[in-house]
Amino acid sequence: MGDLIDDLLAGKHRALARAITKIENRSPGYRDLVSDLYQHTGDADVIGITGSPGAGKSTLVDKLAKTYRDEGLTVGVIAIDPSSPFTGGSVLGDRIRMASVSGDMDVFFRSMSARGSLGGLSTATADAVKALDAFGKDKVIVETVGAGQNEIDIVKTADTVAVLVPPGSGDDVQMLKAGILEIGDVFVVNKADLPGSDRTVMELREMIDTRNDYTQTAEHHDADAASEAAAVEAMARETDDEGWTPQVVETVAEDGTGVEGLIETLANHATYLEESGKGEERARQRYAEEIRTLLREDVNQLVAGELRSRGGIDEYVERVLDRETDPYAVADELVAPIEDCVEAERDG
Amino acid sequence: MSADADQRTIRCLVAKVGLDGHDRGAHVIARAFRDAGFEVIYSGLHRSPDEVVQAAVQEDVDVLGISILSGAHNTLVPKILEGLDEYDALDDTLVVVGGIIPEDDRPELKEAGVGGIFGPGASMEEAVEFVRENAPQRD
Ligand code: B12
Ligand SMILES: Nc1nc2c(ncn2[C@@H]2O[C@H](COP(=O)(O)OP(=O)(O)OP(=O)(O)O)[C@@H](O)[C@H]2O)c(=O)[nH]1
Ligand SMILES: [Mg+2]
Repeated sequence: MGDLIDDLLAGKHRALARAITKIENRSPGYRDLVSDLYQHTGDADVIGITGSPGAGKSTLVDKLAKTYRDEGLTVGVIAIDPSSPFTGGSVLGDRIRMASVSGDMDVFFRSMSARGSLGGLSTATADAVKALDAFGKDKVIVETVGAGQNEIDIVKTADTVAVLVPPGSGDDVQMLKAGILEIGDVFVVNKADLPGSDRTVMELREMIDTRNDYTQTAEHHDADAASEAAAVEAMARETDDEGWTPQVVETVAEDGTGVEGLIETLANHATYLEESGKGEERARQRYAEEIRTLLREDVNQLVAGELRSRGGIDEYVERVLDRETDPYAVADELVAPIEDCVEAERDG
Repeated sequence: MSADADQRTIRCLVAKVGLDGHDRGAHVIARAFRDAGFEVIYSGLHRSPDEVVQAAVQEDVDVLGISILSGAHNTLVPKILEGLDEYDALDDTLVVVGGIIPEDDRPELKEAGVGGIFGPGASMEEAVEFVRENAPQRD
């Protein structure tokens, strides 16, 4: 393990790749690995790219990476693809688009499958990002399809979130309301070479304006619910709005048009995060969420172990069916010994 | 905390290398691997040996499957194997080759480190089984 860390910090690609594999598979020792990596992180700008399937995310990531490389910066990319719910298998197709940076070892591109790790995917992604950060990458880009809570959780681990919106019917923009609008720091109307681009830009701007109005009124009501994690988060995002209005940028990822402008906007957002202190605020929020997620997972494991040691869940289910017991009683019975231990520990 | 440690999925890169536009076989095998529950990364067409090595190393695949129907396997495959070796990745990557590989060329490729060779008409079950059995055991 020590070797792996040393090799990773020394810049060995193989070690970085293997570290990410351990993180992804949750191999024995991966926790210590991530713990050891932590002190070497914090220098990379993490950019999340999301949007509907086929919006041009990978093509854009390729162009972003190329532009950063031309500036002499190093880049890490994590691209997440859905996996088949039936076989668990998947074809991870994002790498094919990495045409302009293919062969350049200073772009470390890694495909990850969204294989079901019980909501742990955002943790795995965040940990993989830490590995790239510790390795010394200046920019880390995370690509994920913008569908569902899982993906939103992933992309929220980024410092700056860019949401891709292809030009098209107003329906597309309407759909964004469901969750993804809230997380965008920058909206990218990609495929701006296609008709309808101007209209999509306009609709997005309108939407951002409406959102600003809405959040300003919402602020007054939230004050007393501040202890709720969700509210804290919502507020942190809302107060962002005072200093940062989400920007709308047009690009043609295929030929690179507008990519310079996007890079500038991303840089502006990074500066804003730094100067306003919002970056730190977001980091704080993120770490709180990371700790909560880990706690949830660990406690789940603990309970799962207890369940296993009692011969699994089937027996209990059988008894519930026969009305010998009920789910609440079962849960109480299983958690009781753990509770006892915790209490004894706390008092002693 | 090791409950899900054995949920390891076989990762596999299916690569087309050189000026070879025959991609049906690569697609067929990529799909078969996916249906077998593997994670498959497809390189796309016309990759250089270096690009294939880069992808195999960064993606940390258990299996590198090279599809060649152009006849250039005797130069391209060894280049890839050397590249893997440079990154200390040769020992624990299973390399399999498919496509048009004449019988006479096979011993030398195997000597150089290729684990298995699958020609036209090779059954997908056979290839999948071979990979399952020979994928490297990593800690
Ligand atoms: C279809 C075909 C084409 C199509 C390709 C379409 C496409 N997008 O793939 C077209 C018409 C474009 C074409 C063009 C050419 N072709 Co052509 N083509 C064929 C043909 C008839 C069938 C290939 C095929 O698709 N088979 C079906 C797939 C499913 O089988 P497969 O690729 O062999 O894959 C199987 C196995 O090999 C294995 N496998 C393959 N890859 C991998 C990878 C892994 C990891 C594993 C485990 C297994 C595996 O599993 C697959 C399933 O069993 C073959 C002859 C033949 N019978 O093989 C010639 C053939 C391959 N072509 C040939 C040639 C010379 C050409 C051309 C140069 C010119 C020409 N004479 O036509 C051009 C070059 C094109 C280019 N840019 O590279 C020669 C190659 C000679 C050689 N290598 O020594 C062949 C052998 C014909 C011949 N007998 O001369 N071709
Ligand atoms: N016309 C046009 N097509 C584009 C542009 N950018 C990407 N495309 C095309 O859109 C298709 C999808 O591009 P990808 O980059 O794979 O899109 P993606 O969002 O990464 O797709 P998934 O990862 O599958 O969700 C490809 O055929 C690209 O060539 C663009 O600016 N204009
Ligand atoms: Mg993509």
